[in-house]
Amino acid sequence: MSAAVMTTRGRGNGLLRSLFASPGNAAVTLAFGLLFAVAVPPFVDWAVLNAAVFPAVPETCRAASGACWSFIVAKHSQILFGIYPFDERWRPLIVCVLLIGLLVYSVRPTSWRARLAGFWLLALAICWGLMSGGFAGLADVSTDNWGGLPVTLLLTVVAIGLGFPAGVLLALARRSEMPVIRLLSTMFIETTRALPLLSILFIASIMLPLLVPEDLLPDKFFRALIVLTLFASAYMAEVVRGGLQAMPKGQGEAAQALGLTYWQAQIQIILPQAIAIVIPALTNTIIVMIKNTSLVLVIGLFDLISSGKAALADPEWSSPSVEVYLFITAIYFLLCFGFSRFADSLERRAKGPMS
Amino acid sequence: MTETAISLSAVSKRFGAFQALKAVDLDVARGERVVICGPSGSGKSTLIRCINQLETHEDGAILVNGLEVGTEARQLEAIRRQVGMVFQSFNLFPHLTILENCTLAPIWVRKLSKADAERKAMELLERVRIPDQAHKRPGQLSGGQQQRVAIARALCMEPTIMLFDEPTSALDPEMVKEVLDVMIELARDGMTMLVVTHEMGFARQAADRVVFMDQGEIVEWGTPDNFFSRPQHDRAKLFLSQILH
Repeated sequence: MSAAVMTTRGRGNGLLRSLFASPGNAAVTLAFGLLFAVAVPPFVDWAVLNAAVFPAVPETCRAASGACWSFIVAKHSQILFGIYPFDERWRPLIVCVLLIGLLVYSVRPTSWRARLAGFWLLALAICWGLMSGGFAGLADVSTDNWGGLPVTLLLTVVAIGLGFPAGVLLALARRSEMPVIRLLSTMFIETTRALPLLSILFIASIMLPLLVPEDLLPDKFFRALIVLTLFASAYMAEVVRGGLQAMPKGQGEAAQALGLTYWQAQIQIILPQAIAIVIPALTNTIIVMIKNTSLVLVIGLFDLISSGKAALADPEWSSPSVEVYLFITAIYFLLCFGFSRFADSLERRAKGPMS
Repeated sequence: MTETAISLSAVSKRFGAFQALKAVDLDVARGERVVICGPSGSGKSTLIRCINQLETHEDGAILVNGLEVGTEARQLEAIRRQVGMVFQSFNLFPHLTILENCTLAPIWVRKLSKADAERKAMELLERVRIPDQAHKRPGQLSGGQQQRVAIARALCMEPTIMLFDEPTSALDPEMVKEVLDVMIELARDGMTMLVVTHEMGFARQAADRVVFMDQGEIVEWGTPDNFFSRPQHDRAKLFLSQILH
């Protein structure tokens, strides 16, 4: 509190003084100042001053020397929704709005009630229905034709939403007193962690159909979803286990002595504290998992990056790939940075008035 | 007074090569207050932790209000409901408020309604003289206050027996008295108490019997007066001479 007051009071002078506090500081300040002076003006020239935006046709871009944002404007629906049939793109649009809306809603602590889980189940069911169609006059769209942002969002939300509770269970299992459960959990975690995600995705999408008849398997999208979920659960299990190990023994003993059952003690006493301890590490893992969803492009799923690449293939345009990747980068940044802010608020909340 | 609350017969426990308890026999009558003392490593904490199975004993039998203490889950839950425990390091739940600490087990284990559990908890927090701290977190309280909350938390389950495992050892000296006062009051109300402590003042004031343990055995027992003024065994004499000055 007092530190915050002090920095506001002396901001102007304080900032200047701290930038040039010592010869080392001054050198770093000058070096960065120079870097900005060299890099920023050309970037502004390219991205803003000489950029082409409207009208969103190829000619606008050919005439401009800067960034070709017209391409993004013209192709935004293909980048965001991939190869989903053009006339049906209102469906993935609703899915994206629904998922993002619910994500934003879920961030508020006041909405953490049992019914939130119900909302999510309902939302995922609606998403599934809207995306695949085949009822009430909606055209049938197979998962092979899904693409772009809804794929990325669905993979992320499901892989993390199911992977986290699965990870918690795996962490508890690995610390179980029952040898078989402990062994199974340890084997699963160690195997999953020892394999690259790419190779597991390849096995699930290419090798599995060679061994098992294709019609017995869930389709490619679901196989990728299962792989991502299992992969996320193994990593999160180890993070949560770290928190469980940091718990003082007395907490569990006090819960036992009060007559709480194992599960009551875990849910009420141990896990809330253990997870609060590992929020920073968990955030790290989850952000990596969000970005990992982009790896599904190697097995031919059209996530955001693949649909961006597909959009670039249009010969009419001079393939402005930097602009497209910047656009996609911005979307990933919003997802990951948003999550990181959320984790930050969780951490502050967990610390709360505790000692 | 003649009914047996706790009965241990030939209870043994080892940690690896270390024999913590060697065929210990002890009977505690209902309403009796027993202080257990002895040098560190003598097995006194292990003994009371076996009663509610925070440690499992390997040999012998433990009966609590006539129920055999074992690993069978249902029976163990029934026993833990009757036995409250207070720890050396308080072990309050830091993520919950004082009131939530006290109502958690009544709500989840005894299935009381939230309102009933809170009424009961406030009653007991008043009894340990901290009702005004009910909405704070444990970290905001002093050690003495935390230990009094821990006693109230255990009492919320309406146990018939209370175990105290060195309840004042982790406290600053000026806070020992406030905790002992609460314990003395509890003893006056007729609670069956088994207290591991070196607070000889408490033993004199509140205990019916002092049990002296050394190297996993009960070496000597008697009324506080007899034990403190006329210890029989050399080990007890040595122990008393070391703690009483």
